[in-house]
Amino acid sequence: MTHLRRFVNRLYHYETNTTIGSQPALDSPEYKENFDRMQILVEELKNRVAKILQGGGEKARERQTSRGKLLPRDRINSLIDPESAFLEFSQLAGYKLYGEEEVPAGGIITGIGRVSGVECMIVTNDPTVKGGAYYPITVKKHLRAQEIAEENRLPCIYLVDSGGANLPRQADVFPDKNHFGRIFYNQATMSSKKIPQIAVVLGSCTAGGAYVPAMADESIIVRKQGTIFLGGPPLVKAATGEEVSAEDLGGADLHCSKSGVTDYYAQDDLHALHLAQRVVSNINYVKSPGVSVQTPEEPLFPADELYGIVGDNLRKTFDVREVIARIVDGSRFDEFKAMYGETLVTGFAHLWGYPVGIIGNNGVLFSESALKATHFIELCCQRNIPLIFLQNITGFMVGRDVEAGGIAKNGAKMVTAVSCAKVPKFTVIIGGSYGAGNYGMCGRAYGPRFLYMWPNARISVMGGEQAANVLAQISREQRMREGKTWTDEEEKALKDPVIKKYEEEGSPYFSSARLWDDGVIDPADTRNVLGLSLSAALNAPIQKTKFGVFRM
Amino acid sequence: MVCLWYSTQGKNIEKVLIANRGEIACRVIQTARRLGIQTVAVYSDADKNGLHVSMADESYCIGPPASAESYLRQDKILDVAVRSGAHAVHPGYGFLSENTEFAELLHKEGIIFIGPPSSAIRDMGIKSTSKAIMSAAGVPVIEGYHGEDQSVDRLKSEGSKIGYPVMIKAVRGGGGKGMRIAMTEAEFESQLESAKTEGIKSFGDDVMLLEKFIETPRHVEVQVFGDQHGNYVYLFERDCSVQRRHQKIIEEAPAPGLTEDLRRSLGEAAVRAAQAVQYVGAGTVEFIMDKNGKFFFMEMNTRLQVEHPVTEMITGLDLVEWQIRVAAGEKLPTLQTDLKYKGHAFEARIYAEDPVNKFMPGAGPLLHLSTPKTDSTVRIDTGVTEGDEVSVYYDPMIAKLIIWAEDRPTAIQKMASSLRDYHVIGLNTNIQFLADLVRHPEFKAGNVHTDFIPQHEADLFPIRNITDITLCQAAVAMVLLQQKDQRKTRVTNILDPHSPFSQCMGTRVNHAHSRRIVLQDGNKDLVVNVSSEKNKSFTVKMMDKKYDVNGWLEETGDKMKLIADINGLKSSCHLVRRDNSIHLFTSDGQHELKIPVPKFLEASGGGGGVDDAMAPMPGVIEKINVTPGSEVKTGDPLVIMIAMKMEYVIRAPRDGVIEKVFFKPGDTVKKAAALVHFKESEES
Repeated sequence: MTHLRRFVNRLYHYETNTTIGSQPALDSPEYKENFDRMQILVEELKNRVAKILQGGGEKARERQTSRGKLLPRDRINSLIDPESAFLEFSQLAGYKLYGEEEVPAGGIITGIGRVSGVECMIVTNDPTVKGGAYYPITVKKHLRAQEIAEENRLPCIYLVDSGGANLPRQADVFPDKNHFGRIFYNQATMSSKKIPQIAVVLGSCTAGGAYVPAMADESIIVRKQGTIFLGGPPLVKAATGEEVSAEDLGGADLHCSKSGVTDYYAQDDLHALHLAQRVVSNINYVKSPGVSVQTPEEPLFPADELYGIVGDNLRKTFDVREVIARIVDGSRFDEFKAMYGETLVTGFAHLWGYPVGIIGNNGVLFSESALKATHFIELCCQRNIPLIFLQNITGFMVGRDVEAGGIAKNGAKMVTAVSCAKVPKFTVIIGGSYGAGNYGMCGRAYGPRFLYMWPNARISVMGGEQAANVLAQISREQRMREGKTWTDEEEKALKDPVIKKYEEEGSPYFSSARLWDDGVIDPADTRNVLGLSLSAALNAPIQKTKFGVFRM
Repeated sequence: MVCLWYSTQGKNIEKVLIANRGEIACRVIQTARRLGIQTVAVYSDADKNGLHVSMADESYCIGPPASAESYLRQDKILDVAVRSGAHAVHPGYGFLSENTEFAELLHKEGIIFIGPPSSAIRDMGIKSTSKAIMSAAGVPVIEGYHGEDQSVDRLKSEGSKIGYPVMIKAVRGGGGKGMRIAMTEAEFESQLESAKTEGIKSFGDDVMLLEKFIETPRHVEVQVFGDQHGNYVYLFERDCSVQRRHQKIIEEAPAPGLTEDLRRSLGEAAVRAAQAVQYVGAGTVEFIMDKNGKFFFMEMNTRLQVEHPVTEMITGLDLVEWQIRVAAGEKLPTLQTDLKYKGHAFEARIYAEDPVNKFMPGAGPLLHLSTPKTDSTVRIDTGVTEGDEVSVYYDPMIAKLIIWAEDRPTAIQKMASSLRDYHVIGLNTNIQFLADLVRHPEFKAGNVHTDFIPQHEADLFPIRNITDITLCQAAVAMVLLQQKDQRKTRVTNILDPHSPFSQCMGTRVNHAHSRRIVLQDGNKDLVVNVSSEKNKSFTVKMMDKKYDVNGWLEETGDKMKLIADINGLKSSCHLVRRDNSIHLFTSDGQHELKIPVPKFLEASGGGGGVDDAMAPMPGVIEKINVTPGSEVKTGDPLVIMIAMKMEYVIRAPRDGVIEKVFFKPGDTVKKAAALVHFKESEES
């Protein structure tokens, strides 16, 4: 009996691991100010997104619906399982990218949603935006979606309704490796890897666009609405003199009954999307996450306290554990090497039931922090535990002592570990992302499966002020060598534009517009966005990691 | 099986055969079981999964669904009675309950017929005879012609002699079958013809009697009992005035507004009537009562009535037990002086029918059935359970809901609330109608008469508009149900049971998910927008109105409940989603909202189209008047259907040429089945 009780007790204590986080002083002026400022940033984000959601404007939307066609977002809503989440990427793509020319969401909507119970990558042209034409950013976003699909083995559904390449910008759309042609290359290679490629032709697919349904494993077309041809009627007339209507040239009847370019014949948008659901339900796709899953638990602290903890001032420091406490299941966190290399926090937790290893910054990186990170990444890779990087990093420590201590080679170990780690990696830039810190903390170049930014984040090779100081320092030294003077005014004149430029280019909107990330998110949504990303990533079996040479 | 009850005075009845089906068979089995008597059920092919079959100790199939080939087959039932060794046969009501040959047949075999002697049945079964006997016994009777000359001319002249309006009734009829009213001489012949046809159909006899028709009369009946020792009692009266299609729909005991003197004189007249025919067992003497409390003998029903439970509720007696004891030769357990009634009881008959469509009888599956909790004051007599079918072959009654309370107002209130808890999906019922009926001020005031329903038609068939609150409830329920479905996907992947894709409902990045929900109230489209807000609440927008809704589903057993806080008003309602409809049972009744079927699915459906003439209700095809190629004009009869023993004529909805006829006489058709297909008209 006693024996049994001891056993039960031990089980009980095994279940209760450490929780982290503390109750912030909600009334403190600092918390309040932080909260308000972050809230302003989040509202600004939501307002901008709200406008982007309207696509190409009222007129274009009306033109679309008056033809009995659904708006692109309604197409997605009708395609995914009712009430399924939709993890949308890069809503801010193309934001202020082409001067006066607005291309909301880059003219293409991409994201992951569940279709017939299968997590799928959905790529949807927005015909209300410039007729769905491909701008360079449209191509980039389409390719990024395919990259996500390929890495995470997500079936692809292309809802095609596009006029093709944006002709004036053909040089930035057509010829290069990661241009238009790559779309079809990706379709072919993904298909070869048994990742289903499904096309739904809801509008025109002209010229190169014709290859989306043609390259797909299965394709669906809407009668008297979808058309597929290599050359449209005007081109045909110019080339051969033949006069033919779009419907006769490449309509659903032709392609379903004669050419065999499409496989399923739909009455309308809803029918086509229903057929797409049927297609997905027949792909026999099995998701086996390959990790031990627990029952999810809400964090102990409300997510919006992140506003008050983090604020918008990157100079103010905060304990990244407070962020972790508001993201992970039950705010439970088993910290690894808590007392070693304290400027970096590492530890194990669960997020939406999935096991994760978390690496978060609590200051500048030292040799010890880098070694600890390397150790921790090795552990996670050995154990198939996905890694989450919470980036808020000014960089590695500089100075003679640390250089002598081999910070370069220790930093390199961390970068090697991050680069080679094959477990799914997820990065959220929750503050600054500067210099080599960006590398060590799994910046875009290090292939995280998903990378998100908070609206308060900044990304650049170094801080604006810092860059301006460096430039000013160099100029001053040059002047001094030349025996010239260097006034404060001159210095200010040099520094101000640099600071301004860094400020602008370091903004998450600048980043997201160019697809340096997968989206700017509300800090309060971080847990859910990461959970959905994890769920999506676990569609691909976790590969074995082989590390490169660690410089010892 | 050990017999727990032995008659101390007469023959033992240890095994009883119930020559009936449905609720009454179940009702009889219950009492028999309580008395330790073994039970034998008989059933037709249509009833092989019936409740009465599963309740009985033994059961025997007696033939195909049609009553004439099963429940009316005396030979087959007799055979089962002999084979099973039943000592007695309880006929229930309807079918063979008032059939003298059957009673005699049983008698010859030495099997007790639980009912009156066949002579009494015969005397009372022929209306003209019964009236003459009653007249002689000093029971007041009504003017009429009960003669043998059945020529149309004679009947017509007798009708004029009595004075219109005149009631034409089949002599062997009952329950409103074979009965018509001629308001004027002009319509006499057509009504006579119609009554005769129905008479033949229902009882194989078309002998008619005529009666003075009393306007706004009350239908008051007295329950009587006699034993084989010459004892008679009356168990007070029932008021069954409120009727539709000349059939009772709600009954109560005691009759409202009667003085004790009037009650006693009614009872005594009824006992005199029973004595006059040396009645034995349970019987009901029906009176017609005018506004002044003057009453006339109408007929005597020589069986247990459908509405007997209200008498049981106010007297605390079990009439089936009394029937069995009397049949076994016992003396009546109680004498008149010891009989008292207490409180007030109602019985509401829950029918598969469509009140707004002239109470058209229905049939079909009871896809969902949930009933109020029963106790000593709430009783439900039924022969069906969820999943059963209300068959086209028999009476479409689903159940009887019986309520008792200390007084009439309380009983009415309880009836209304119990009806609210009576949820049926799958077919049209009169539940909402009954609820509206019992809430009517004139009904509450006890001002009931047989024309109650037509008189208060405007109030009893209110135009039901879906309120905003109900629409909010429906829309939010739709979303919550879909979320529930989404969560179910976790079951499909046990390796990934908690994915936020099945948990973070309707999550969108940086914006709230707004769902456009279209629901149809009849032919009206209702558009609602439901957007997700923080903390799992919703904003519901319709037209220019906005509601903040916080709702969740609660499942208890087979019932699903939506609890919703709508702009601070908390409400709860039961709901069922079935096929393409969501059904809500709210405080103001049952609402069905249809979920529109996408066009692409509609096209592949099997229902009738614009060019079809459709069956208005389930039934059996009697006659087809057209063949492919026939040219018809709007209103021409195309098909004659029989349902619930009533005739329905399906007429041409438009001029045109018939292209196809889908059925042949004798076929059973479902509601809304296409019967006849028209050639596509030139213009369309």
